[in-house]
Amino acid sequence: MEGIRELIAKRAAKELADGMVVNLGIGIPTMVANYIPEGVDVILQSENGFVGLGPVPEAGMEIPDIVNAAGEPVTVIPGAAFFDSALSFGLIRGGHVDITILGALQVDEQGNLANWMIPGKMVPGMGGAMDLVVGSRKVIVVMEHTAKGKHKILKRCDLPLTAVGEVDMIISEIGVMEITMEGLILKEINPLYTVEQVQEATGCPLIIDPNLKSMMA
Amino acid sequence: MNKVKSMEAAIDHIKDGMTIMIGGFMSNGAPKTLIEAIIGKGVKDLTVISNDCGHENEGIGRLLAEGRIKAMYASHVGLNPEVGRKMASGDLKVTLMPQGTLAERIRSAGSGLGGFLTPSGVGTIVAEGKQIINLNGKDYLLELPLKGDVALVKASIVDESGNCYYRGSTRNFNTLIAMAGDYVIVEADEIVTVGSIQPENVATPGILVDAIVKAGALS
Repeated sequence: MEGIRELIAKRAAKELADGMVVNLGIGIPTMVANYIPEGVDVILQSENGFVGLGPVPEAGMEIPDIVNAAGEPVTVIPGAAFFDSALSFGLIRGGHVDITILGALQVDEQGNLANWMIPGKMVPGMGGAMDLVVGSRKVIVVMEHTAKGKHKILKRCDLPLTAVGEVDMIISEIGVMEITMEGLILKEINPLYTVEQVQEATGCPLIIDPNLKSMMA
Repeated sequence: MNKVKSMEAAIDHIKDGMTIMIGGFMSNGAPKTLIEAIIGKGVKDLTVISNDCGHENEGIGRLLAEGRIKAMYASHVGLNPEVGRKMASGDLKVTLMPQGTLAERIRSAGSGLGGFLTPSGVGTIVAEGKQIINLNGKDYLLELPLKGDVALVKASIVDESGNCYYRGSTRNFNTLIAMAGDYVIVEADEIVTVGSIQPENVATPGILVDAIVKAGALS
């Protein structure tokens, strides 16, 4: 059976449509690229300065002058374009990136996101996350539903925020949720879990979509 | 005008306490030879403006490991654990900001702008102490220009007048700091004669450049 991370990445890939410009964060988001449906051409943006991100090169075939936003060697596809960091973030803030898929420490029912620091413990910096979340047309958080049982989806984030009210969708291993003015709507569920179990794992009230579907479909 | 200099002459301008802008994203497009030369020269109490602090004892991380940096402006320092240790001990002051804000602040300084309005960071601790301006119903932060006494640029190919060509993703912050540094030093893998780079392939015009050194050529 495939792991939790693969399951999340696979479901997130279904959100991508032909022609979209997409930015994938580090971790599970990076894995989304492995599950892009056949016939769907998306252009991956790498915020350090290009569009047309390709697969990770085989060992020994690395091109030293091309790295991704994690500083790791990558390739580019035909049709790629390189640019400087100002243009890269102009693309991001300017609404030219259709979807950003990234991880989170906490998300809340108002679409607030915390994913860049834990005071007194971890202060790595926000990198490009604040710009990506504010500027992308759609923001999808992919993450394990809880942190070893501790709620990550909350009424209000209590960690320092990355952005206010920008998250549109959360995909975890047990469900797919949309953030709306009314609150957090459970749209799809992993059939291995009950609605009660998903609610129990969530730190804010869930609105259950009357047309609740299986996220495995 | 031929701007190729000996390493000693090129970095002669760099003094204790200066604000140094350094190009690169992690090690990609970072001027490693110039960094080593500055360490060798012994300058200290530097304020560094750069996207990140490299890895531990690598790239810009070398300057930190050698204790030459007193303050940093960056967007991400998480891949160099020494930054956290030096922040905790009070030996290093780090100002973190969104990567797009860092890029645009540098671009503003080099482009004669008084600042810019960005939605990035609104409602977060990045907004603390900053002016919030509401335009057409949307909040923006007023962000101010960020300039340096010196910019250390890494190009793939430079001609003797300073025109720079960048391979792959190495352009990143290099073209921006070349505009925003008072004194601009280019380190390049290859130095060619004027006219060898097609004008349309020049990403940093040579008029911005003061000195050129060869990568890997530590004297």
